[in-house]
Amino acid sequence: MDFSDTPAEAEFRTRAQQFLDAHRDDLPSLAGSEEERLERQRKWQAIKAKHGFACITWDREWGGAGGTAMEAVIFREEEARRGVPDAFFGIGLGLCIPTIIRYASKEQKQQLVAPAIRGEQIWCQLFSEPAAGSDLAGVRAKAVREGDEWVLSGQKVWTSGAHYSDFGLVIARSDPDQPRHKGLTTFFVKMDAPGIEVRPIHQMSGGMEFNEVFFNDVRVPDDQRLGDAGEGWKVAIYALMNERVQGGKQRGISAAETIALARRTPAGDATLADDGAFRGAFADWYIRTRGVQLTRYRTLTAMSRGQTPGPEASIGKLVTAFELQEMSRLLVEAQGLYGLVDDSELSMLRAEVHHDLLHAPGIRIAGGTDEILRNIIAERVLGLPKGPQPEKGKPFTLTK
Amino acid sequence: MNFDFSEDQEILRGEARKFLEARCPLALVRGVLEDEGRSHDATLWQGLVDQGWTALTLPEEHGGLGMSRTDLCVLAEELGRVLAPVPFASTVYFLAEAIMLAGSDIQREKLPAIASGECIGCLAIDEGAGEPSRKKVEARVQNGLLSGIKQPVIDGLCATDALVWARDESETPRLFLASLVHEGVRRVAIDSLDPSRGIARLEFSGVPVQPIGGPELLDRLLDGAAVLLAFEQIGGADRALEQAVAFAKERSAFGREIGSYQAIKHKLADAYVHNQIARSNAYYGIWALDADSDELPHAAAAARVSACQAMWYAARESIQTHGGIGFTWEADQHLFYRRALHLNMAIGSPRMWRDRLFAALEMHDGDSN
Ligand SMILES: Cc1cc2nc3c(=O)[nH]c(=O)nc-3n(C[C@H](O)[C@H](O)[C@H](O)COP(=O)(O)OP(=O)(O)OC[C@H]3O[C@@H](n4cnc5c(N)ncnc54)[C@H](O)[C@@H]3O)c2cc1C
Repeated sequence: MDFSDTPAEAEFRTRAQQFLDAHRDDLPSLAGSEEERLERQRKWQAIKAKHGFACITWDREWGGAGGTAMEAVIFREEEARRGVPDAFFGIGLGLCIPTIIRYASKEQKQQLVAPAIRGEQIWCQLFSEPAAGSDLAGVRAKAVREGDEWVLSGQKVWTSGAHYSDFGLVIARSDPDQPRHKGLTTFFVKMDAPGIEVRPIHQMSGGMEFNEVFFNDVRVPDDQRLGDAGEGWKVAIYALMNERVQGGKQRGISAAETIALARRTPAGDATLADDGAFRGAFADWYIRTRGVQLTRYRTLTAMSRGQTPGPEASIGKLVTAFELQEMSRLLVEAQGLYGLVDDSELSMLRAEVHHDLLHAPGIRIAGGTDEILRNIIAERVLGLPKGPQPEKGKPFTLTK
Repeated sequence: MNFDFSEDQEILRGEARKFLEARCPLALVRGVLEDEGRSHDATLWQGLVDQGWTALTLPEEHGGLGMSRTDLCVLAEELGRVLAPVPFASTVYFLAEAIMLAGSDIQREKLPAIASGECIGCLAIDEGAGEPSRKKVEARVQNGLLSGIKQPVIDGLCATDALVWARDESETPRLFLASLVHEGVRRVAIDSLDPSRGIARLEFSGVPVQPIGGPELLDRLLDGAAVLLAFEQIGGADRALEQAVAFAKERSAFGREIGSYQAIKHKLADAYVHNQIARSNAYYGIWALDADSDELPHAAAAARVSACQAMWYAARESIQTHGGIGFTWEADQHLFYRRALHLNMAIGSPRMWRDRLFAALEMHDGDSN
C-alpha cells in the first residue's frame, strides 16, 4: 500500500509538468464560445499528439505513446491542475476509435486513427433513439442491404457533438425478424454523407451540445460495417465497455474551494463553515467523491499488476453525478436569495457551481442512468436475478 | 502508486480468514451476547494471542513481530467480518499503540505482556452522555493517585490496564496509564446495545497511575483507531451484504426471487457502493497511518465516517431484506446491527468525526496554501 509516485511515475510526472509548463500559452480553458473552445482544444490535441502525450496508453502502432494507465492519469491530473478541460474528444477516443481499432480494416485504421488522435477528426456515438435509450436493444433505425451498400434510415437522438463531428458510430436494425439483440448491425458513417441531417437540441442547461440526427436513406458502403451483419450488439457493447479510466480533477469544484467558499459565506452569526449541518453534509459529500477517486486508484493498481479491474470500477458516475448535484444545490441555496443570481460576473466562482447544478441532471442520465447503473451492479456484481424479460427470444417485430 | 495489499498480506488474510471461520462462528458471538456473565470470549482471545496477533505490530525487542499497521488492518478486517467478541481494539489499537508511541522505558516493559495476552487494555475517556469532551473531565489525579468515575468503558470488565483521561494536578486533562489490578478499582457491568462487546463503569479511588501523554497523543490514537476500526466495519459490512444477497437469491415472493425486484436490487447495489467507497477511504487512511503522513487527520476521519455509514447501512438493510425472519432473536442479522452501533459509537460518534473531517481538511488546505 503506497500512495506516492514510484520513481518511474515521478519521472513521468516531471516530464509531463515540464511539457505543460513549456506550452503554458497553448493550454485551452473553458472560456469563449463553443467554436473558439473547439479550435483551441484541437490545437492543443495536436501538440499533445506530436509530443506523445495524447492517447498515452495506446500502442505506438496507432499513434499512442505505449504508456501505462497510471501515466495517463498522471498526465490528466497535471492538465486538470492547470485548468485544461477534458472536452470534445472523449467519445471519439474513449469509445469510437477503440472500436475502429478492434473491428475496422487495416487501411481504415491507417486513415482514421491518427487524425482522431491529433484532434483533426471528431467522432460521435449514434446509439440512442427516441424509443431506445436505456433499452438500447430497442433500436429501430433500419439498415437495408443493397449490393455493396447499406441504406440507413431512421432517427437518432441525444447525439452529443454530432454538429461538429466528422464521423459517427451507428447501430441499426438489419433484420427485424430476429429477436431484439440479434438482427442489429454497427457501422461507421461520414457525417457529411448525403441524407444525414443534424438538428441541435436545446438542453435544460441552456446549451446545445446534443442533437437529433436523421438518416434519410443514407448510403453506406459495406466496408464501413463493423463486425458481422447481425452482430451489431456485440460491437456496441464493446464500444461502451471501452469508456476509459478517467483521472485527474472530477467535475465540480474541489474540496479546498468548497471549504474556502463556505468560509466566505455568511450563515447565522458566523459562516457556513461553522454550521454543523453543513459540515456534516460536506463530510458525506467528501467521502463519496474522494472515495470514487481513490477507487480509481485501486483500479489502476489492478491494471498495473496485469489484473482485470474489479467490479468496483463501476461505481464512479453513479456516485459523482448525484453528489455533484446535491453539493451544488447546497452551496447555491446557502447563498440565500443571492443564490438565484446566475451570472459569471456576479455569482460565486464565476457561476461554476450554478453551471454544475444545471448540468448535473444530464450527467445522471447520460451513459447509463442511475437506475440502470444500480441494475448493473446488482445483476453483474452481486449476481442478483434479472427481472421478467417478456421480450426475450421474440422476433423484434412482435415486441413493444 | 500501489494502492492495494501485497501478496504477503493476502496470504496473511487467507490464513486469518481460515482461522476465524473455524474458531469464530456466529454461534460463538451469540454465546457472549446471550451470557450476561461474559463480556468477551476468552478462548478465542487466547487463540488470537497464540496466532501472534496481539504481538503483530510490537517491536521485536519487546516480544513482537515488528510488522506494519497495514498488516494489522488485514487482521482488523477479518476480525470485523466475524464480529469477533474480543478486546482486540482496546488492547492493540489503543494500549499497545499508546505505549509504542509515547511510553517511557518502564511503560514499554508492558509490551511483552501484551504480546503474550496477559495484558488487556481499555480506553477510559467518557464520563457520561455526549461526545467525549476534552475539557469537561471530572476524574483527577493527585499525588499520582487517580479518583473518579469513567463510563462507559469498552472492555472495562476484562481489561488489566486502562488509558484514562483525567485532570492532572495543574487541572490539565492528560492521558494516564493505570493498572486495573488494584483494590481502588471497582468495575460494574453495564447493559450495552451490543452485549457481545461488554462495557463497564470503572470507579477509581486512589489508584496509582503514570502520565503517558497529552491531547496530541489522544488525537493520534483516535486517528489510528479510526482507520483500524474502519477495516473492522468494512469486514462486517461486506459480510452483512453477502448475507442479504444470498437471501435475496433464495427467497421468493409473488412468483419470483425477491432479488429480482428493483427495490431490493437497488438497495443492495447502494450497500455495495457504500462498502467500496469505505474500502477506498480506508486504504488511504492506512497508507497515511503507516507513512506517518500529515494527511492522517483527514484521511482517518474520512475512513471512519465512510465505514460507519457502510456498516450501518448494510446491517440495517440486511434485516429489511430478510423480512420477518430478520427481526427474530434467532436470526444473525441483529448481531451485525448491534455491532454496527457499537462501532459507530466506539470512539466518538459519526457526527463528531464528520466535524473532525471538515476541521482537519480546512487546517490542511489552509497550511498548504
Ligand atoms: C447529456 C446527454 C448526452 C448524451 N449523449 C449521447 C450520445 O452522445 N450518444 C447516444 O447514443 N446517446 C446519448 N445520450 C442518451 C443516453 O444514453 C440516454 O438518454 C440514456 O441511456 C437514457 O435513455 P432515455 O433517455 O431513452 O431514457 P429511458 O430509458 O426512457 O429512461 C427513462 C427513465 O426510466 C428509467 N428506466 C429505464 N429502464 C429502466 C429499468 N430497466 N429499470 C429501472 N429504471 C429504468 C431510467 O432510469 C429513467 O429514469 C445522452 C444523454 C444525455 C442526457
